Amino acid sequence: MSTFDNPFDPDRNLRAGCACGQHRSAAEHEQAAALRCEPVESEEKRYEGVVASAVMRAMFPQDVARRAFLKSVGASTALAALSQFFPLKTATEVFAQGGAPEKKDLKVGFIPITCATPIIMAAPLGFYSKHGLNVEVVKTAGWAVIRDKTINKEYDAAHMLAPMPIAISLGLGANAIPFAVPAIENINGQGIVLATKHKDKRDPKDWKGMKFAIPFDYSMHNYLLRYYLAEHGLDPDTDVQLRSVPPPEMVANLRADNIDGFLAPDNICQRAIYDGVGFMHLLSKEIWDGHPCCSFAASREFITTAPNSFAALTRAIVDATAFASKAENRKQIAEAIAPANYINAPVTVLEQVLTGTYADGLGGVKTDAKRVDFDPFPWQSFAVWMLTQMKRWGQIKGDVDYKAVAEQVYLATDTKKLMTEMGLSPPASAYKSFAVMGKTFDPAKPEDYVASFKIRKAS
Amino acid sequence: MTSSLRLRAGLVSIALLAAFLGVWHLATRSTGTAATMSPEYAKLMGLTATQGKSAMPGPLDVGAKLWEHLKRPFYDNGPNDKGLGIQLAYSIARVGTGYLLAVLVAIPLGFLIGMSPLLSKALDPFIQVLKPISPLAWMPLALYTIKDSSISAIFVIFICSIWPMLLNTVFGVASVRKEWINVARTLEVGTVRRAFTVILPAAAPTILTGMRISIGIAWLVIVAAEMLVGGTGIGYFVWNEWNNLSITNVIIAILLIGIVGMLLDQILARFTRMVTFPE
Repeated sequence: MSTFDNPFDPDRNLRAGCACGQHRSAAEHEQAAALRCEPVESEEKRYEGVVASAVMRAMFPQDVARRAFLKSVGASTALAALSQFFPLKTATEVFAQGGAPEKKDLKVGFIPITCATPIIMAAPLGFYSKHGLNVEVVKTAGWAVIRDKTINKEYDAAHMLAPMPIAISLGLGANAIPFAVPAIENINGQGIVLATKHKDKRDPKDWKGMKFAIPFDYSMHNYLLRYYLAEHGLDPDTDVQLRSVPPPEMVANLRADNIDGFLAPDNICQRAIYDGVGFMHLLSKEIWDGHPCCSFAASREFITTAPNSFAALTRAIVDATAFASKAENRKQIAEAIAPANYINAPVTVLEQVLTGTYADGLGGVKTDAKRVDFDPFPWQSFAVWMLTQMKRWGQIKGDVDYKAVAEQVYLATDTKKLMTEMGLSPPASAYKSFAVMGKTFDPAKPEDYVASFKIRKAS
Repeated sequence: MTSSLRLRAGLVSIALLAAFLGVWHLATRSTGTAATMSPEYAKLMGLTATQGKSAMPGPLDVGAKLWEHLKRPFYDNGPNDKGLGIQLAYSIARVGTGYLLAVLVAIPLGFLIGMSPLLSKALDPFIQVLKPISPLAWMPLALYTIKDSSISAIFVIFICSIWPMLLNTVFGVASVRKEWINVARTLEVGTVRRAFTVILPAAAPTILTGMRISIGIAWLVIVAAEMLVGGTGIGYFVWNEWNNLSITNVIIAILLIGIVGMLLDQILARFTRMVTFPE
């Protein structure tokens, strides 16, 4: 499905139906709610579409009349006629600019992994400058440092693991400071890598006593690995050892035999294979297809003091995410982000991650185009799921208002508005149900979900 | 005699270096056993996996890379990728700032403490407790309170290099020979003049020894601090290359850190010789 609305398509409904206007009814929209942002040929084209839609809507308040008109004269004639008396070009330009940013020179922190692809590539590929910003992307040493630097306002916004803004807002592992997530960086894009010597131990039931590394306590990596182990009957707190290890040290530790495997963000997984020390046991996508991984986060304070800068930044990220979601752009992206200034990794490794055609470490070449994917919409149901896992593993003690926290941190409403303005079609609802390893999660009943797990930390 | 000793020592040094490089080269030679794999698969893998290349770089790899760095030490490819010369300059500037601040505080303070036996006894427990604290232990505290990573790095240098200087100054001032002070007293020299013309020159060698220890510590600390806060500096360079598992660049950085540390130490050693006096 295309997110770009063609207002000159006689079969399209411009006002009734669902919120995005692509589906005849809200129900149909819900069905297709697994959003994919597919960008159009060019920025101008897309904005032109938005403006033209508005103009067409004003001229033909009745959908039936508009369709009849388009059917009789044809779309190209209609466009030509419309341009005759309405300055579409000028209107589009005015629309695309938005409010002037309060602060143009911004600093955005990132961790050098492929999850940060949209944040990083937006610099060399000019997405920030297109939205009137001068952004310096700064490589940062670790998750705790990126958290502290963002809290200290050295960074205006930053790349964070999806659960981190929730943890910071709740005051877990830091002082409670309200943070917000306007966009998810990437979905999927992690994997479980085991040391080559374990190549016959593919059943997790045999993993008792092994040592695994995860990048951070408040990470999807931690929750997914725990989930995966628990589903196979292992208690992640007693049957295995989980260690928080910075990603680059994971490969070195695997080589040195200090750990048996890790659930890491990508390019680290592929790097372990590239260096011949491990193999890909499982892509995280096989645990939960479409899971969020990293997020783009900023403090509430920044959002309120510089709303236009924030909106422009979000637009740039959403734009970059849309560009990155296209398979044909992935090779170009891999080359753009590989140099030492950005991720600093061999291009082959990044290409394998981004294109999804990769060596599995056991002598085979596998292809999975959705190994990592990019989708900016901050589903609040993602946040609710993370909260259930924080609760499940004892990171949150006591009661938690799942919905309130999710809505405070994950800015689905604002992003939706922004995406609509940009001519993309965000989903109508901020909640969706999904399945993790075949088990359905209902965001409306988080307490029941937590209670349904046999293996969890007693609270 | 001395010149021939120097010559012989130089020859032994060169022989040791050659032996070290030789062993290193042999130990990291590629095993040459190419694993059997399909060419399509091999294209996606690194040299370690395909050609049995040692994960540890040999001296030739390091030499070639070093030459590459030396050819263009001041390039600037954006905020996260700068030449080694620029990185070293950042580190030296940070060390210089933190260290100078420490000198400005430690020497006057040490002087006052050293001249008063009461203060020197009273403050001793505090100094003894603060002295052995690792630089990295200060880092989270500094980041949290100062809320600025580059100032935090300078603060950590300051706090770690102040103690040896302070202690040496106190010791040097306190142990100036009583006879000299008594002579000054007999000649009715004022306190200020006594401090500058008698005590300072007498304590100078000890103070400078403290400063020399401190500069060594400051240089040790900067690498660790920069690895933690990132951004710029030789410590950041090490971390960035470690991220890419580029052991070659890490070795080059180690070499440079050693050379710069030695130069800093030599400068202070020269100053020490200038103020040393025969008794």
